[in-house]
Formats: sequence, structure tokens, C-alpha cells
Amino acid sequence: MAGEKRISRGDFLKVVGAGAVAGSTLSVLACQPNTTAQSSGGGGGGPEEKALNFYNWGDYVAKSTIPDFEKQTGIKVTQDFYGSNEELLAKLQAGGTGYDVIVPSDYMISIMIKSDILEPLDMSKIPNFKNVGDNYKGLPYDPKNEYSVPYQWGTTGILYNKKVLGTLEPSWDPMWDPANKGKIGMLNDERETPGAALYKLGYSVNTTNKEQLDEAEAELKKQKPLLRGYFDSTQNRPSVVNGDLLLGHVFSGDAFLALSQDEDLYYIIPKPAATRWTDNMAIPKGAEHPDNAHKFINYILGAKTGAELSNYTYYNTPNEAALPMIDDALKNLPGYQLGPSVFERLQIIQDVGKATREYSTLFTAVKSA
Amino acid sequence: MGKEGRSWTLRLAGLLAPVTVWLGLFFLVPLLFILAYSFGTSGVYGGITLGFNPSNYLKVFDPLYLEIIIRTFVIALLNTFLCLLIGYPLAYFITFKGGRHKHTLILLVMIPFWTSLLLRAYAWVVILGGDNGIANRVLQFLHITDHPLTLIFTPQAVMMGMVYSYLPFMILPLYAALEKFDWRLKEAAQDLGASRWHTFWRVTFPLSMPGVIAGSILVFIPSAGEFVIPNLLGGARTMMVGNLIQQQFLSARDWAFGSALAVMLAVLLVGAIMFYVRRVGAEKLEEV
Repeated sequence: MAGEKRISRGDFLKVVGAGAVAGSTLSVLACQPNTTAQSSGGGGGGPEEKALNFYNWGDYVAKSTIPDFEKQTGIKVTQDFYGSNEELLAKLQAGGTGYDVIVPSDYMISIMIKSDILEPLDMSKIPNFKNVGDNYKGLPYDPKNEYSVPYQWGTTGILYNKKVLGTLEPSWDPMWDPANKGKIGMLNDERETPGAALYKLGYSVNTTNKEQLDEAEAELKKQKPLLRGYFDSTQNRPSVVNGDLLLGHVFSGDAFLALSQDEDLYYIIPKPAATRWTDNMAIPKGAEHPDNAHKFINYILGAKTGAELSNYTYYNTPNEAALPMIDDALKNLPGYQLGPSVFERLQIIQDVGKATREYSTLFTAVKSA
Repeated sequence: MGKEGRSWTLRLAGLLAPVTVWLGLFFLVPLLFILAYSFGTSGVYGGITLGFNPSNYLKVFDPLYLEIIIRTFVIALLNTFLCLLIGYPLAYFITFKGGRHKHTLILLVMIPFWTSLLLRAYAWVVILGGDNGIANRVLQFLHITDHPLTLIFTPQAVMMGMVYSYLPFMILPLYAALEKFDWRLKEAAQDLGASRWHTFWRVTFPLSMPGVIAGSILVFIPSAGEFVIPNLLGGARTMMVGNLIQQQFLSARDWAFGSALAVMLAVLLVGAIMFYVRRVGAEKLEEV
């Protein structure tokens, strides 16, 4: 659940997001007829206007990517940014957004498919899909890649101070170790943090079993007195770098960014399990420039663009053709290139439907404990 | 009456039309939406089916949520009390001892409003955060402590942040009330043999009561709805109702329950304020 990505303004966007939801609640009724009118616009014939509206996470595309695309195609790209999957969903549900390409995370793709707000992709227009590695195709949230293709992927693990703690075994236990009291930061995320407890207990991150969730809740309540707090990944990273935290629960891109700056830090993907997440490109229903959207998606999946992207974001590329062009410095960081044994222990956070609220309640109970 | 009365009514209607339309569209209608939502049933993926479903309100009384509501009110009350405790002497000082610097001093109180609260909260994160952060270095330099203290992501940090943010809302109405105070009353009380202490409690303070009431309400209401400070300065370890409502609308996608919480919060606030104005306000005002 790639919560906050590299947005240093995470909380700001959250606040704006909350405002947006409040606003969109209002506009739901007002925009209803508008939405239906627009959704028929997608398949219209005739050449498209040379424009594309790209709605992405903040700071999540290489500097050269968009200008190069504009130069090659003459299509003018307008960018807009969001801070969380939920904010993206709320905006699309309110309707009439005019976005052509969006980048939701895995579980959000399945929610959007179920909510019928994504346009099916025309794979004949995305020949570069062949560059996507088998490990990143046909994932459970969109088993046939009918609606989405991967953009970037990563893991959720532990960034820690090796100079102080020495070499740690890849395990969740240090996050529960009283010796590290006050120096641990977990993610402020209703799936990742209960997920860490579930992993530690050996359960699935997508469990809906009441007893297992209760156990996870107890585990997190036990952990809470040891924590400095629940933060965004982008907050945990600098805290580990400046020594406020010894261990931070982070997304891999944040870890690699920190590792590339400070040799005393290290990143582990804990046993017995940890999260692997994928952000994906998709086209919302009612997009006004579907042809340009396909061109753009195909362009992103190109080998060179894919490499540029990952070299900039520090996240992993699903693009196998891009792998040889990934910077060596990045490639050699611990946890960037994963052996099969590590890869196998990664789990994908999936939409759990109504049980989403069980996770919310669980995390609320922990936070107010 | 007749004709004149009617034209006056028309003029009044003309004057009140803009505010009525504005408040109606952007205040009343959204409020009614929230009220309608609070009785609806949330879809699994957001959205809402309207109807009559009181279960959202029953859920508010779940001990888990009740505890968060009670905690929110305790924090808001404590914040109001602390703002009054700190703000009153300052407003008093500015009014009576400020002299020709009075307006400059009041301007200084208002300066924080020139930047967004969010930016100021982040500034506190920078100041208080880190073993080598600004606050810790200053404290160690002054030999107040010999080891770094945990200054941030604690309930105390949240409280400090709240007092910091809301203090001007207390000082300004207090200043406005004290400004109007008639000096001669104080002199009269002292001429009649009242001590300074007595004069303050029997004359000055009761007369400043409108300011106390206005300030308390201005601080109490927004602090009960606060959700940024607990996250930024509290490390999200403590939840307030504002955080809960935000969570229900975003990650939990339970708009109906979120709306029910918002309605309950509004009802409780109105109730608390009516109680306060009746008990403290009206009586004190009558006494005068």
C-alpha cells in the first residue's frame, strides 16, 4: 500500500485530500448527469486533440520523461498530483475529472475495477508491454492486465541504523524489541502496520479471520509503548537518517534514497513475510484522450524511459528491458535486486472488501489504546 | 406603517439576500447532506445509499469511539483553560500597561495568522524534533538538561501545539472586552476600600466576561475538531474525533459513519456551548 511515496508534503496533501473529499461529497449529486455524459466521450472517432492529463503521485516521474514525450509526440501533457490512493478514488468517484492516465496502487486497481471506473486497455496499442517481466504481469488485482500495466514496484521493510544496532537478521522482531524503545517508527497506514503484525505472527496480510486480526491487534498494542509514533514513509526516512529513529518502517524507495546518502544505514525485508506493492498505470472511464493515454503508457514502458524513471524514483522497475540501464549504485544497494527466496516471501496487499473497515477499527483501537 | 413598512422589508430582504444565498448554498445545504448521509448506508467502496439507518449513530456509542470523543473534549477543554490562563494576563497587560505600544503589541499577537497553521506546525516539528534538534541543543547549551529530551510526538507536544495555535483566538476577544473597561470603576472600587485582588475579581473580571466567553468559544470549537496537530506533533499516537472522521471518509470509506460522527460532534458542541453560556455567561452578565 504505497501510502505516501516521496511526498515530503504528505500531510499537507492529506489535508487537501480531506478537503477534496468534503468538496466531492457535495458535488456527487451535482455532477452525476455530467459524468454519464462524459463517459460516452471516450470512444468517439476522429483525431484527438494533442493533449493529455496525467494524474500521478507527487515527485514520481523523472524530470526528462514528460518533456521528452512532448517533444516526440507533440502531445502537451498537463500534470496534477495526489497524495493517497483514497484521495484519487474520491476524486474519480465525484466524476468529471478529465484525467487520462492515473497511477493507483494494486489494491486500489481492484477497487476501481469493481467500481467500474476504469477503461479497459487496448493492448494492441501498448506493444512495449512485452518489456514487463513475468513477475509483474497478471497479478491478483488485475489477473489478465485488462485494465492496468505496472509503473513501478517496491517492497515495504525496515530501514535501520547499522552503526548502532549492528547487522540485524531480516525479521520483524527488532520492531518489537524493548531495547529499541522510543526509537522505532511504524507507518501510519491501516494495512501496512496491521500487516507487519500479521506477518510477524505468520498470517496472511489479507486475512479476514477475526481471531487472527485480534491477535494482530494485541501484538500492535504491545508494540505501541515502544514506538516514537506512526508516520509516513517520507517522515520515517529522515528520522532514521538524523538519528531520531533507529528503525523505520518504510517503502523501499525511501530506504534506497537514505542508503545512497548514508553508508551506516541498512534495509531489510523481514522474514517470514513482507509486502510487495505495485503502482499501475490505468485510464479512467470518460478519459477524453484515450489514444494519447495509450501512447503515453506505451512510452513509459519503453526500456530507456523505464530506466530513467527508476533511476529517479529509486523504486524498482517492472520493466526487464530497462534493467541493464539501471544505475549500478542503485542496483547494488541491499534489497534492490531480490533473489527468488526473498521474492517468494513477499505478499501483495489486496482489497478485502467490507473487511477494510475491520482493519480501520483495529488500527483505531491500537492508536487510541 | 403599511407602505413604508413594506419598502423597509424589501430593502432589508435585498440587504440580506446575498448572505442568505451564500450561507444557504455553502453552509446549510452541505450540512443537510451530512445529516442525510449520517442515516445512509455506506457502499463498500465509498459512496452512499440514502435511507434511514440509525446504526451509524449506535456505532458512535461503541466504547472505542466514545473514548476518542471523550478524550477530544478533555483536550479541547484543557486547551481552552490553558489559553485563558496564559491569554488573560497578556490581554490585561496589553490593555492597561501597553500605553502607546498597545497597537503594536496586538499586531504582534496577530502575526502568526500571516502564515498557514500547517507551515507553523511543521516549523515546530523542526524545532522540537531530533536529539540534535534546535530545542534540544538550546536546552543543553543552557545546561537545563545534560541529555537530549523527547520533546515531540508526545501528548504534551500536542497540547503545546494546540495552545500555541489557538492562543490568539483567546487574546483578541479578551483585549476587545478589556479595552472598553471604564477605568473610573476600578478607581471607585479602590476608593471604597477594595484591595487590588478584590477589585480584580469583583469588578474587572466580571466586566471582561463577554471576552472570556467569546474567547473560550472561539478556542473550544476549533480545538474539538482539530486533526492536523495530533498527527504532526503527536506522531499519530493519539486520535481525536477529527482524525477519526478523516479516516472514515478516506481509508475506511465509511461515509455514513463519518457523517454520523460529524453530526454528533456538532450536536455535542452546540450542547456544551449552550450549557456554558447559560451557566457561566448569562448569570455573570446579569450580575453586572
